[in-house]
Amino acid sequence: MQEGIQCSCCESEQCLSVIRGIHSDDSVEKTFLGNGRNGDKHTCICPIETLVWTNDYTLVQRARCNIDCHCLSMCHCLSMLSCSKQCSYPSIFIYGHRATGKSHVIHTLLKELELPYATVSCVECVSVGLLFEQVLLSLFGSDSASLLSRNPSLSDFVRVYKQLCVQASAKQTRYIVLDRAELLRDMEANLLPAFLRLQELVEDNVTVILLSEIVWDKFRPNTGCFEPLLLHFPDYSKGELQQILSEDSHPSYSPELYSAFINILLGVFYSVCRDLRELSLRLSMLKFQPLFSLPSVKESDTHKLWRNIEPHLKKAMQTVYLREVSSVQWEQQLKMEEKEAGAVRGLSAHAHVELPYYSKFLLIAAYLASYNPARTDKRFFLKHHGKIKKTNFLKKHEKTSNHLLGPKPFPLDRLLAIFYSVVDSRVAPTASVFCQISSLVTLQLLNQVGHDDQLDAPKYKCAVSLDFILAISRTVSFDMVKYLYDFL
Amino acid sequence: MKATRKLPKPTQSTSSHCNNFKDGAVVKLEAETIVSPNDAHSLDGNCNSAETVKVSPPKPVQTKGCFVFKPSANKRRKTPTVEDYFTHGCEDTENSKLRFRNCQTLWEKMKADTELLQDELNRKILDSLLAFIRKSVSTFQRGTDDWASRMRAHEIPTAALVLGVNVPDHDMTFQCLSDQLQQSVTPFVVSVQATECAGQSCVCVQRSTNVNQKRVHCSLITLCNWYKTVTKVCTASGTARKKRTSVGKDMQQHPPIVVIFKDLEAFNPKVLQDFILICSRYVEQLPLMFVFGIATSPSTIQHMLPHSVSSLLGIELFQSLSCTQHLASVIDKVILTSQFPFKLNGKVLQVLVSIFLYHDFSVRNFINGLQLALLEHFHSQPLSVLCCKEAAALVHATELSHRDVERLQQLPSFMRYVEEQGPQEQVELLTSDDHVKEVCQKLLKDLCKYHKNYYPTLRCLHILTASLPKYPLGKQIRELHISCLEKNVWENDEYVSTLLEMKTSRRTKKMSQFEILRDQALEFIDSLVRSHLAPPESQPLYEVCYYSSSAVLRRHLNATPRTSIQTALSNPYHYLKNEDLRAEDGTVSNAAPDICIVYKLHLECGRLINLYDWLEAYATVVSAAEGKDPDSADFGKVDELKHARFIQAVSELEFLGFIKSTKQKTDHVSRLTWGGC
Repeated sequence: MQEGIQCSCCESEQCLSVIRGIHSDDSVEKTFLGNGRNGDKHTCICPIETLVWTNDYTLVQRARCNIDCHCLSMCHCLSMLSCSKQCSYPSIFIYGHRATGKSHVIHTLLKELELPYATVSCVECVSVGLLFEQVLLSLFGSDSASLLSRNPSLSDFVRVYKQLCVQASAKQTRYIVLDRAELLRDMEANLLPAFLRLQELVEDNVTVILLSEIVWDKFRPNTGCFEPLLLHFPDYSKGELQQILSEDSHPSYSPELYSAFINILLGVFYSVCRDLRELSLRLSMLKFQPLFSLPSVKESDTHKLWRNIEPHLKKAMQTVYLREVSSVQWEQQLKMEEKEAGAVRGLSAHAHVELPYYSKFLLIAAYLASYNPARTDKRFFLKHHGKIKKTNFLKKHEKTSNHLLGPKPFPLDRLLAIFYSVVDSRVAPTASVFCQISSLVTLQLLNQVGHDDQLDAPKYKCAVSLDFILAISRTVSFDMVKYLYDFL
Repeated sequence: MKATRKLPKPTQSTSSHCNNFKDGAVVKLEAETIVSPNDAHSLDGNCNSAETVKVSPPKPVQTKGCFVFKPSANKRRKTPTVEDYFTHGCEDTENSKLRFRNCQTLWEKMKADTELLQDELNRKILDSLLAFIRKSVSTFQRGTDDWASRMRAHEIPTAALVLGVNVPDHDMTFQCLSDQLQQSVTPFVVSVQATECAGQSCVCVQRSTNVNQKRVHCSLITLCNWYKTVTKVCTASGTARKKRTSVGKDMQQHPPIVVIFKDLEAFNPKVLQDFILICSRYVEQLPLMFVFGIATSPSTIQHMLPHSVSSLLGIELFQSLSCTQHLASVIDKVILTSQFPFKLNGKVLQVLVSIFLYHDFSVRNFINGLQLALLEHFHSQPLSVLCCKEAAALVHATELSHRDVERLQQLPSFMRYVEEQGPQEQVELLTSDDHVKEVCQKLLKDLCKYHKNYYPTLRCLHILTASLPKYPLGKQIRELHISCLEKNVWENDEYVSTLLEMKTSRRTKKMSQFEILRDQALEFIDSLVRSHLAPPESQPLYEVCYYSSSAVLRRHLNATPRTSIQTALSNPYHYLKNEDLRAEDGTVSNAAPDICIVYKLHLECGRLINLYDWLEAYATVVSAAEGKDPDSADFGKVDELKHARFIQAVSELEFLGFIKSTKQKTDHVSRLTWGGC
C-alpha cells in the first residue's frame, strides 16, 4: 500500500477502508492512482470511481460534484448501490438528524447514476393506496396505477407489481425511497415488515431505502422482522458546515471575505443551532443588509465590518430562529432601521387576547378549578368556611406544586359554581354563558376532556398559562394569586 | 353557612308530555318551600317564550307519518310572506301594512349603512393583505433568477390574520377577502373550516374539490398536475377561464393558490402540521399561499406548530380593528345620528351593549339585536306609523284614524303635554281629532328638532370630557349617551363636579384672559347641554320613536334555559295553557304532568331524597287527582302504573340535572339544586 492514499474531503482512511471491505483486491489503489488529481480543491481524490466500475465514470463524476462533504456517506451509499446488475440487499435503513444530507445524497446518487427509482414521502401518503400508487407511477409509468383497485391492500400492490415487472423486466436494481419512514409505523401493521422484504415478495431486483430521523430500534415491530442494513449519517462538523455554506457565495463579494463572514456567522450560531437549513436561512437574511459592505469600508478592513454586523447577528439569533417575523419583514426592518427602530413586533409580542367580560371570569374560574384541588374550594369560595383551620389546611399533602403537574380536569358544575362566586355581579344563567364555554373550547383556551359526544356532565381542562390568566385577571381587577392553592 | 351554589346542567330539553290531565282538586303544596329566595328573582323576570309565538302565524300541524305526500300545485298552501308574519296579530291591518313598509325601508337603509361601514373598516386590513399576496406572487414569478427568492424558496408565504374572538363574525371578512382575491389576484381561492377537515385527507379532498371542481383524487400531485395544465391553457390561448372570471390585468401568469384557514384554533394541530409539510414539498411547483384566521393571538401559531413546521412558513401578521372599536363606529353611525327616526331608549341600548361586552363581542349580534328592536317597535306600537322621515311623518299624521288619535291621546308623554296647556286648549286636545292632528304635526317637528340638536351637543360634551382623567362621564360616547337618555345629565354629580373642576381657578387673583375665556366656553357648553340634552322622555310623542321594552329584548336575545325549565316545572300552565292547570301562586294542580308533581315534591326534601317516601307522596297526589275517596283503603296505594309513571318522571328529572343517584345511602338520590348540597 502506498502512502497518502486518502480522501481529501473527509481526510480519513475510512472511505478507503469501506471500499476495501467490499472489494478486497488491489483494484482500489490502481484505479485511484490512475484517476487521482492532486492539488485541485474541487476534485476530491476520493476513490469513488473504484466502486462503480460497472457504471459510467462520467455519471459518478457528476454525482460527486453535486455532493460535497458527504464523502464518507456517499461512499457507503455507493457501495450499497453500486452492484446494480446483481441482486442487491432488500432494504437499507438510513438515519441521521435533520439536514444531514440523507435525502440529498440518495437522490443525487440515484438521479446521477440514472438508476430506476421511486421516491415517496410518507407524510404525503394519508392512505396506503396513495403510497402504492406513487411507487408504481414512478417505477412503471403513468398507466400502472390504474391497475390498482380503489382501496388497494398490500397483496393487491404485490400482485400488480409482479404483473408489471414481468412486462418490464429489470436490467438494474429498482429503488424505492421512503422518506420520513417513521410514519410507516402508524400505518397498517404489515406494511413496514413487508417493505423490508419486498424483494422476496415481488421476486424482483428491488431495494427499499428507508429514510428517517429516528434510530432503527424504535422501528422494530414486536413480532420481529427482516433486519435492514443500517447506515448513519452523522451531523456536520463545523468545518463541513463552513464548506457547504461557502459554496453558495454571493456574486458581489470575494470568496475570501465571504468565507470569513461564514466563519463569523458560525462562531455566533454554532453553539445554538447546527441545523444547516436554519443556518443558511440566517445567512441569506444577513447577506441582504447593505451594512455588510459599506461603500466607505474596504473589504480588507475586517474589524470595521465586524463592528457593523455584530448587532444584527445578535438580533437575528433572537427573533428569526423562532420565526417571530417573516424573512421579508426582517429584511424590511433592516432596511429601515436607521429611520425608525423596532417597528416590527414579533408574533409572541401579541399575546394579549380580548375576551368578553364573562368569558374572562369563566376562564379564571376554569383556571382555578384546574389548579386548585376540589376540596379547597370551600376555603376559597365560602364566606364563612367555618372549622377549616388555616394551619391544618395549609399542610400540603401533595408536596408537588399543581402548576408543575399541569391542569386537572373538572366537571362543568364546579366551573359554574366557582364562576358564580368569583364574578362580582349577579349573572343569570343564560344560554350565552353556556355558549361562551363552548366558544372557549373552540378557541383552545379550554379543552374538553373525553369525547365531544358526551353531553352529560362534560369535563374540561384549562389550557392557558399562568401569565396569560394573570394578565386576564388584571384587566378585571381580580386578585388571582389570592385564590390559588399553590401560592398560599 | 352559605353554600357554594351548584347548578343544573345546561341541558335545554323540555320534555313536557303528559296526557293524564284529570279533573281534580288542586292539592296545595307548601308554598314556602316552593320559591326559595334564589329563584324568586329568576321567576319574576321570567321569560315566557310563548310570547315569541305571537309574531308568527299559526303553524300548520304536522302529523308524523311514514308516507310522503306531495301536495299538488294548486292545493299547496300559500307560504306566508314576511309581511303576513308582521301583520298577523296587529289589530289594524291598513296601518300595519304601512308600518311594515316603514320598518322595511328603515331597516334596509340601516343595513346598507352598516355594511358600508364594515366594508370601510375592513378595507385597510384587506388592502394590506392583498398587497402582501401580490408581492409574494411576484417573488414566485421572478423564480430562481433572484438570489434572494431562491434562498427563501422553501418558505410558504403565510398571512396571519388576527380577527378577534367572535368567530362567526369573521365570515363576512373572509367572504370579502376571497371575493377581492378572486377579482384581482387569483381565481384559485379555497376557504377551509376546521369542521370540514377532521382528517388530513379531508383537507386535501377539500382543496382538490374546491379548486378542481371535480372529485377525482385527493393528493397534491393531482393538484399539481391540474395546476400545470390550467396555467398552460391560460398562457397558451386567449384563456376562456380568464374571460369567464373576468380577471383583471394584474392576473399573473402563475396565479397563486390561496388557502384560507378560517378558524386556525379549531384545527387539529397534527392535521395542520402534516398538511404544511406536504405543501412545502410542492412549493417549488405550486405557488401556494396560506391565510390563517386567528381568533385569539398570533402566538397560537407557535403553540400549534413545532419549529420544524413553522420554519416552513414565512409568516406575516395582520391585525384587524378590535371589536370594541368596531362596535363604537357602528354605534356612531347608526345610533348616534338624527338620520334614522327610530331610537332606542337607554335601557334597551344598555341591554344590547352589555350583551356585546359581557357575552359575545359580536358586532353582528348587536346589529341583529337592533333589527329585532326595530321590528318589535313597529309591530307592537301602532303609532310607530309616525316613525319615519319628517315629511312622511307629517303626512301620516294628517291621515291618522280616530282609533289612532285615541291612542295618541293616551300616550303618557302626550298627556303630560296636555296637562301643561291652558284649560281651553286642554278641552280642544281631548275632544277634537283635527286639533290633535295639528298639534301632533307640531310636536313631531319639535321632536325632529330635538334630535337634530341632541347629537351635536352630545358630541361636544363628549369631546370636552373624554380626555379627562378617570373619565367622569364615560370613556366612550355611548356611555355618555346612555346617561343622557336616562336622566337630566346636568343633575349628575359627576357632571357638576367635572364642570366645577374645570372652572376652578384661584379666586383671589385677577383672572387671566385664558381663564375668562375658558369659563365663558364652559358656561356656553353648559347652557347647550341644559337646553338640548334633556332625556327623550321629556319630549311629547317620544313613544313614537323610542323603543323601550328592554325586558322583551333581553328575553329574546339572552335566553335562560334553566329558568324556562323551572317555570315549566313549577307552573305548567305557563306553557301548556290548560285551564285545569291554572293554580294559585306557589301551588301546583294535581292534574299537572307527573314530572311537575315530582318536581314540586322534591323541592320539599333536603339534600338526600328517600325514593320510597317520594313515591308515597306522589301516589297520594295522583290518587287525589283520580278523584278517589281519601278515606278508601286503596287511596294512595302504589300500583304498577303509578310506579312506572313515577320512575319515568324521576328519570326525567335526573336527565334535566336536578337530581343524581348517590352511593351515600341506599334508595336515595341527591339533589343538585339549591337547598341541596
